[in-house]
Amino acid sequence: MAPRLRQATAAGRSPSGAVNSNLPLASVTQIIMLGAMPAILSISNLSKTYATGFTALKSVDLEISKGEIFALLGPNGAGKTTLISIICGLTYPTTGTVTVDGFDIARDYRAARKQIGLVPQELKADAFETVRATVNLSRGLFGKPRDDARVEKVLRDLSLWDKRDSKIVTLSGGMKRRVMIAKALAHDPAVLFLDEPTAGVDVELRRDMWALVRQLREQGVTIILTTHYIEEAEEMADRVGVINRGELVLVEGKAELMRKLGKKQLTLQLQTPLNALPESLAAFPLELIKSGAELVYTYDVKQEHVGIADLIRRLGEAGVEFKDLQTHQSSLEDIFINLVNEPAQEISA
Amino acid sequence: MNWRAVKAIYLFEMHRTWRTLMQSVLAPVISTALYFVVFGSAIGSRMKSVDGVPYGAFIVPGLIIMQTMTQSVSNASFGIYFPKFVGTIYEVLSAPVSFFEVVLGYVGAAASKAIILGLIILATASIFVPVRIEHPLFMVLFLIATATTFSLFGFVIGIWADNFEKLQMVPLLVLTPLSFLGGSFYSLAMLPQPWRTVTLFNPVVYLISVFRWSFFGFADVQIGASLAAILIFMGVCLGIAGWMFKTGYRLKA
Repeated sequence: MAPRLRQATAAGRSPSGAVNSNLPLASVTQIIMLGAMPAILSISNLSKTYATGFTALKSVDLEISKGEIFALLGPNGAGKTTLISIICGLTYPTTGTVTVDGFDIARDYRAARKQIGLVPQELKADAFETVRATVNLSRGLFGKPRDDARVEKVLRDLSLWDKRDSKIVTLSGGMKRRVMIAKALAHDPAVLFLDEPTAGVDVELRRDMWALVRQLREQGVTIILTTHYIEEAEEMADRVGVINRGELVLVEGKAELMRKLGKKQLTLQLQTPLNALPESLAAFPLELIKSGAELVYTYDVKQEHVGIADLIRRLGEAGVEFKDLQTHQSSLEDIFINLVNEPAQEISA
Repeated sequence: MNWRAVKAIYLFEMHRTWRTLMQSVLAPVISTALYFVVFGSAIGSRMKSVDGVPYGAFIVPGLIIMQTMTQSVSNASFGIYFPKFVGTIYEVLSAPVSFFEVVLGYVGAAASKAIILGLIILATASIFVPVRIEHPLFMVLFLIATATTFSLFGFVIGIWADNFEKLQMVPLLVLTPLSFLGGSFYSLAMLPQPWRTVTLFNPVVYLISVFRWSFFGFADVQIGASLAAILIFMGVCLGIAGWMFKTGYRLKA
């Protein structure tokens, strides 16, 4: 189990310099707890090897705090859906345990599952039933008594009330997705899983979906969503987990990630390589790379004075000439691409 | 027990019946009426009575069992196969329900439909021929037992089948021949040897025989043997269904 780092406020810390260095290593060993909320979901040593021999998950450990929005980011086939399927009871784990609000998903499956609402990736609803009938079915399956007022509230919140007596087959794709969400919310779950909630969804619905997620969070619902849209993770999540080839390669608070994203690098290609930095430049966070052929300056774009003009003036004074320059901002996408392209051994090393 | 889940599945399945009223209820009633026209009236008028019962009335119990059996299997197999096929089964698997509750909901609904249908066919039959029932209570009990057992059998087929062909295969290739050769249209005494002995290996014979006993007071095989056959078959189906859920066979990877 990775050591946990407690952090009172995500913005309270501002380690300097380390933009890209040791990122995966540092991230894997840190599970940042947001505030002091207790974990509602605990996953430990979870692995899954299918009968075909394909290993979809490799010893995943993860804790999700109550009320948190967690985004699970990863390419297709990374193991996102397998992870969710195990937690929700659709797939058996090969090894490991999962508890939901303290209830083991195998031993106390009733208590554990009552807490969970699942919106699967694909639209799976009884085509010839009405919206209301299928939502009532969901509520009943989870052991809740019929409650017309509650179902009305859920349908109204999702702009489905006008369609309550329509057969699902007559609805548009976006409406069907809303029905799937209504079914998942019908029994008032404490934890909501959204598997690719905005895949193939138009802009308007995507915005509605984000608004809904925020509204649910205000009601105290913990939300775990999978996505391969990085902007979605940025927009909604408190924490982001990156999963690749069945391994959780990065778990980090979004604020932490955004702080890293706020860093920008200026790379100067020097006319003549330098062996060491001139004394007069010691105050700048500079780094010589490619055997002294390039000089890298890291700065924070959010600061009023980024110091570029100052740096260039000092360079001129010190007689350091450069033939070209470029700036680069590392985005979540860069981090993500770096992580998923690197061989797994290097990441976990 | 999550009774609300059982009720939710049951009502949802029953609702599907009303929605598909034509094929669920009318079609079997019409086909039964055709049997009465062909066997009861056209052929039956040229036949002697069987053990003192006019031939038209004699075939009534067999026809009811045949239809109840067929409908139980098709209702229950389709009831569980369809959610698997379209993927809505995810919700049942993720719900706080036990195997027993799921079976109770699906099999209960399929059996209810088959029982209602059996009674409708009885009512239809009594329009064509005079029907007397010597042991009405047993008649109802045997009807319930038949419907439940074969609904359970259908449920197992529905989980096992991973395409529509398999779903149809067992009812068509196994159930239809067994029910036709199960003594719906004849008394075992009418069969020559060795067919008379061979027939005793057909489980449907026991069902029809005991059901006919509840109508007319005579049976081809002993009532105790019939009851044992029904219970054994029910136990086997329940065992297989339980094993399927426990191992997640074709439901969970």
